[in-house]
Amino acid sequence: MNIVSALAGIVVKELYRRKDFYVLFVLTALMTLIMGSINFFHDKSIAGYLKEGCLWLIWISGLVIAIVTTARQIPAERENRTIFPLLAKPVTRNQVVLGKFGGCWFATGIALVVFYLFFTIVAGTRENQWPIVNYLQALWLQWMMLAIVIALALFGSIVFAAPSSNSTICFVVVIGILLVGGHLDQVALRQPEPLRSIVYAIYFLIPHLEWYDVRQLVFFEQGLVPWVACALATLYAALYSAMILLATWIVFRRKSLNL
Amino acid sequence: MPYLLLTLLATLCFSVATYLQPQAASWSQRGQDSVMKILLGDGRRLLANHLFTKADIYFHSGYYPTIFDSAGPPKENHMADHEEHHEGEHEEEEENFMGKSRDWVDSFGRNFKVTKHTHLEHGREKEILPWLKLSAEMDPHLIDTYTVAAYWLANHLHKVPEAEQFLRDGLRENPKSYEILFALGRIYYNQNHDTERARNVWELALRRWREQETGKKEPDKIVFEEIVVNLGRLEEDQGSLSVAIKYYEEAKAVSPAPQNLQKQIDDLKRKLEPNPQAARQ
Repeated sequence: MNIVSALAGIVVKELYRRKDFYVLFVLTALMTLIMGSINFFHDKSIAGYLKEGCLWLIWISGLVIAIVTTARQIPAERENRTIFPLLAKPVTRNQVVLGKFGGCWFATGIALVVFYLFFTIVAGTRENQWPIVNYLQALWLQWMMLAIVIALALFGSIVFAAPSSNSTICFVVVIGILLVGGHLDQVALRQPEPLRSIVYAIYFLIPHLEWYDVRQLVFFEQGLVPWVACALATLYAALYSAMILLATWIVFRRKSLNL
Repeated sequence: MPYLLLTLLATLCFSVATYLQPQAASWSQRGQDSVMKILLGDGRRLLANHLFTKADIYFHSGYYPTIFDSAGPPKENHMADHEEHHEGEHEEEEENFMGKSRDWVDSFGRNFKVTKHTHLEHGREKEILPWLKLSAEMDPHLIDTYTVAAYWLANHLHKVPEAEQFLRDGLRENPKSYEILFALGRIYYNQNHDTERARNVWELALRRWREQETGKKEPDKIVFEEIVVNLGRLEEDQGSLSVAIKYYEEAKAVSPAPQNLQKQIDDLKRKLEPNPQAARQ
């Protein structure tokens, strides 16, 4: 466990040494502030569009940080040949996978806390309301969703040759699931057999990341997600991440580390 | 040498800029086009429609069918004619566009999205305004954006000067729009109580309607009826009963419920008849 947390610690340090997070945060803050400065009919209390815009930027930034940070972890170790002394410590390959996953997930969590803090301040000062629990729930669910995304990117970093191709494929898959994942059953109904069964199978196989997107509930002020549903979604994310991490370890333990 | 080269390039850049700048102004039609118009061209219209729909989604607090749902967007535009909207009539029909949950994924997923049909109220209608304003920026010829925004600004958010200003902006872009003129007249009459201006604007709206819609296969009867009925009410309030009757007669010809208007016409005719008791005295 100590080895895993030490490995994770290195990844977290890497996040605050690199400029990705700062650039994305400044960009998000800047765009939100520009949006907030627009005057709509002399009413400064209009906040819906601002909250939606800011949350959209947070989601994009969260995905970029999670995927880009994770995709380069193992390839960078192999390229710099630091993977050999790392594994000679001795650190087992499953500890490397867990450490990298934990580090990326934790680092993304820290980034999300900073983003949501900014969002809370912007939304609160605009409309004089502080629904902290709603925001915490949105943050938690997004973080859980990112656990699956990080596990996927880690798996991709073992399977695909370059971090760039891995990142691109991960983005396409994740955005595809977010946009149409929840509607695949409706698409399946309109298809002839055997396409219908195939689409249905994909529908039940893919991780339903769209569940974790509760932005609408936040900016339409529609209340909290039931806590039981929240707990079940957390369990679902944990199981999916564990499954993908197990697959990553299975592929990684047979993988040659020479370039 | 590199410094000389740099100076030469800088001079060239400056010269080309002074040559191109006056021409760049004429690339856009009037030299005053917005950045969006230059960047997006006619694609702005698609974006404008999307932003208008976005306002409708906000009005329904996010309860809105996607392209995957079998039901289309709400048939009657709640934003546009909330005044005439009778709660409950179509509500049930739209209430259930999601239908019964199809499977456990769909059923569980409903915990994380808006599943209740509600409308913005108690001043929260202002949340639709940014989308309408942006929609108007994208396509200044989308008339509904002006009339809908003005309706909410004037009637629910008590921002009459802003509503009037927005309609005037719309009129500048669409000088022949009878819908905008009608909406402007409504503000003059209902909010500003300026009867003369309201009459002038509504009469102009009627003239514009006749210029554009007469002879069409399917003329816009709804707006026509609204214009003449409001002109009729104005004249009735001002005591010009015979003029009011004339407008109501015109409205009756296109109204889906002519019997109500006929009743109003009969009442006015009765008032116009000389009182026999008064004549005897």
